[in-house]
Amino acid sequence: MSKHKIVIEPGTENSNYWKDLWNYRGLFYFLAWRDILVRYKQTAIGILWSVLRPALTIFVMWFIGWLFGSSVPDGVPRILLVCAATLPWQFFSSSFSETSNSLIANSNLLTKVYFPRLIVPASTVIVCLIDFFVSFVILIVIMIFTHYVPDIKILLLPLFLLLALVISIGMGLYIAALNVKYRDFRYVIPFVVQFGLYISPVAFSSDYVYNNAKLPQIVKYIYSLNPMVGVIDGFRWCILGGKTGLYLPGFFISVAISILFLFIGIWYFRKMEKSFADII
Amino acid sequence: MSKAIITVEHLSKSFILKHQQKERYTTLRDTLANKAKQILKGASGTSLQTEEFWALNDLSFEINQGDRVGIIGRNGAGKSTLLKVLSRIVAPTKGRITIDGRIASLLEVGTGFHPELSGRENIFLNGSILGMTKTEIKNKFDEIVAFAEVEKFLDTPVKRYSSGMYVRLAFAVAAHLEPEILVVDEVLAVGDAAFQKKCLGKMKDVSQEGRTVLFVSHNMEAVQKLCTTGILMQQGRLLEQGGIDPIVTKYLEVYASSVSTYEIAIPENHETIPGYAYQLKIEDINGNPISEVPIGEAWQVRVSFKLTKDTPHFIIALGISTLFDLSLRTTWTIAGDYKKGTYEVVFKNDDIVLADGQYKFVVGLSTEKIPFHYIEEAGFITISDVSSLTNQSQVVNTKSGILINQMKAVITKID
Repeated sequence: MSKHKIVIEPGTENSNYWKDLWNYRGLFYFLAWRDILVRYKQTAIGILWSVLRPALTIFVMWFIGWLFGSSVPDGVPRILLVCAATLPWQFFSSSFSETSNSLIANSNLLTKVYFPRLIVPASTVIVCLIDFFVSFVILIVIMIFTHYVPDIKILLLPLFLLLALVISIGMGLYIAALNVKYRDFRYVIPFVVQFGLYISPVAFSSDYVYNNAKLPQIVKYIYSLNPMVGVIDGFRWCILGGKTGLYLPGFFISVAISILFLFIGIWYFRKMEKSFADII
Repeated sequence: MSKAIITVEHLSKSFILKHQQKERYTTLRDTLANKAKQILKGASGTSLQTEEFWALNDLSFEINQGDRVGIIGRNGAGKSTLLKVLSRIVAPTKGRITIDGRIASLLEVGTGFHPELSGRENIFLNGSILGMTKTEIKNKFDEIVAFAEVEKFLDTPVKRYSSGMYVRLAFAVAAHLEPEILVVDEVLAVGDAAFQKKCLGKMKDVSQEGRTVLFVSHNMEAVQKLCTTGILMQQGRLLEQGGIDPIVTKYLEVYASSVSTYEIAIPENHETIPGYAYQLKIEDINGNPISEVPIGEAWQVRVSFKLTKDTPHFIIALGISTLFDLSLRTTWTIAGDYKKGTYEVVFKNDDIVLADGQYKFVVGLSTEKIPFHYIEEAGFITISDVSSLTNQSQVVNTKSGILINQMKAVITKID
């Protein structure tokens, strides 16, 4: 029985926190399962929405790029260039905004049951990840239609997906914890997502920024501070077989920033976690 | 077996209450300026006066393995906060708790139920939220379904369930938890009487398997049936700990029986409704306030209310029900047009004899058949088991049912 011994004291760190998290993996699984089940209940086309939404976005992005005649590297279908950026962006925007709101959305659980609170945002991210895999079908379909054969670099794609995951969890945890106390963040999140779309290379290519002689070096570094730049450039680089550039100093800045976000996110979340039920 | 399974030492929990300073604003400009100031200061939190409120105050006690502990006290005594701290939902401010066993808490029936999911899916979801593993749920699945009596509707979304079915399913899941320590907060106050009885029986079974149960309830009958020991709390402090019967008696002495006048909170929307009730008094038939009525004695209830407008077709009603929410009787006044003013109404009970125990009153006010003020627990009456000599003809056996009056029974020889 002593293996279940619990000591509750104010202020002290729960030394078994990560073990506890592991013990509650069943709940983690069930919460993710619930969100997946609920997501498309009572909809006519169900999971097709996971494909339709990014597909329409890709189409619009492609159309605008075509209309304004932005340049495309040789031998790369324009639509693939757009698709390689839209999919990770959609993953980031949905997982960031949903994790940020996850604690509020599950407030009835937080005030009635104990479990490591990290489970809630973590299971939310998993749902978004599954959505991402479903929408990945679009990319495969486009490749088949354009007879595009990716080269070996595509095997590095999971690495960049991991980077996107780290960014959205890191930022999501931080904002989710803040959101519990300050509901202002409910209004900040859509703004961040919308603003992020303009400063990330979704509708344009990073090559414009990095290879632009008119821009001073400092602007390029500032541009790299947006960690999604590294993710999107990486996705393009993998999928298009290196036909678009991967600016390495910028990429490492992205990685460093994402890891910093993750640590700040987890640290702040853990710090606030104990008071969630009091203030939510 | 008398090993302490829960040890609580000097436990305290405080909340910070914020009060807004009230000032009179004379002009719109002042108002705006002050609002702006407030917004600016609000961010740093200085314009709000804060006050510390101790929901739990230096609580120390031990609970032994296999104890069934009833935690009782009035609203705001800190019972629910104590359970929340024990369940690790909120962190204590001071003190230390040592728990030596797997703990599961049931602070609400159907936590995490999702209306869009089917009954089957919700059993799994709710079970895992309460701390069961998938295999445990699978093994208990049939038992849960049978207990809840929802076999036919397993694949229907619970949003289409009747509220009774919903509650039955939710309780059924919780009842099949098998932790070493079970923490339960006032969850029996749901469902119909038959199901409540079933729940209570199930809880008793659970606790007889040697498990430790902590049970919060306002229903003294349920507490006495279920628990072996009790903890009486008052304003965040522990007043007394001991065997359940002396604790319940003490509780009734301290509260229920010493109160004959119940103040009713003025409703928040009192400016928009035609009036409100503000006080309920229990009296003997001569109008003297009493807190406890001997069984068989007549009593009356005086309700004071205020009408802030002239109110046409006004009716005030008094309902009496058991603590199990079984309605016994409702009495309506004859409708009439009443002018603005303060009134009182007396409801006399000189016909029905209630068995000993506690009963609660519901008060409702309506105009043109539209209710505007409804008070769920406006007051309580305690009927005590000391039959007065004046009513010997009515009271034959005080344990024969809720209603003690005798029917007219005539025996005729027919053959």
